[in-house]
Amino acid sequence: MNSEKWKVKSEKRMPLIAALEVLLALRRGRIVVTTMGATREWARLSHDPLDFHYLPSAMGHAPLLGLGLALAQPAREVIAFNGDGGMLMGLGGLVTIAAARPANYTLIVLENGIYEVTGGQTTAGSGTVDFAAMGLAAGLTSVREFDDLDTWRQFAAECLAMPSPRMIVLHVEPVGSNYQLPTLEPAAGRLERFCAALAAG
Amino acid sequence: MVTGPRIAETLCQLGVTDVVWLPDSLLGTWETALAAEPRLRLLRVCREGEAWALAAGLLIGGRRPLVVVQCTGLFESGDALRNVLFDWRLPMWALVGYRSYLLAGSTDTARRFTEPVLAAWGLDTLLVESDDGLERLAGFFRSCQADGKPGVGLIAEGRG
Repeated sequence: MNSEKWKVKSEKRMPLIAALEVLLALRRGRIVVTTMGATREWARLSHDPLDFHYLPSAMGHAPLLGLGLALAQPAREVIAFNGDGGMLMGLGGLVTIAAARPANYTLIVLENGIYEVTGGQTTAGSGTVDFAAMGLAAGLTSVREFDDLDTWRQFAAECLAMPSPRMIVLHVEPVGSNYQLPTLEPAAGRLERFCAALAAG
Repeated sequence: MVTGPRIAETLCQLGVTDVVWLPDSLLGTWETALAAEPRLRLLRVCREGEAWALAAGLLIGGRRPLVVVQCTGLFESGDALRNVLFDWRLPMWALVGYRSYLLAGSTDTARRFTEPVLAAWGLDTLLVESDDGLERLAGFFRSCQADGKPGVGLIAEGRG
């Protein structure tokens, strides 16, 4: 199934939190880099020292920061989240990731078609842009796409074991009017604890 | 002119592990030497802003990365710089190709804005015009390391 897009796409979307809970159950010591909306929900679900909440961020750069961690920590698997708005800001990053060929890297794109953090405005190309096709065209080794929660649950473990670098596009529902980025501790303290967790092996 | 073999040797002496770069026509002459040096990993990005986030991940993960871009790429990197230098306070090192510095009377806007932009970011810099300046560059980066501060080496260029 390598280098093939396995597309399970319709107009469906899955609940974001439920989609993340699938990953949470499978993370098993992986570094998880979150950003924007993923930070909001993942920070509620997980309190693992190997969570790196990339907030404040430079929007769109979480996959590259995750790539750096993957290359620096080859014995650990890294999951990096990005939203579709963030992905659109750095499509070239897909090529950079593919060119670096990390052996331990998974990019999860959470696609909801809007800039949720700014109030729900539609992204350019919402409904037509095909991130999974872009990932394949960029040279990522394994790309999968899901819009159905049960199917995602069924194949998530298999997806995380595919040859790296991997890209998984999840079509998720917007969180809605309650959307608000979390208030986290200052970055310096979080960074220090994260580095300590890495050093602890 | 700063040459590839000498810069590769200097970077290895400084303990640099990864060069994250997008070359211009002068920096690009270093490619053979950088790629041939087994102590360095050469990582190519598609746009310069990416380089800072990639280098940030490497640094957080325990490596000693160096960003290498032209000054025009530095201009493109604004939000990434803001984030890694000020939000996360990461002591990044970079070499920036200073386009047109060596062209007397040049009206190249890349030349005009390079030093003011670096000053605006509050970054310490050191200008290097040839291999003769590499020992000073090494001392500059060691000083940055001792102080836990970021630093930028400006590489003097002609047309870039």
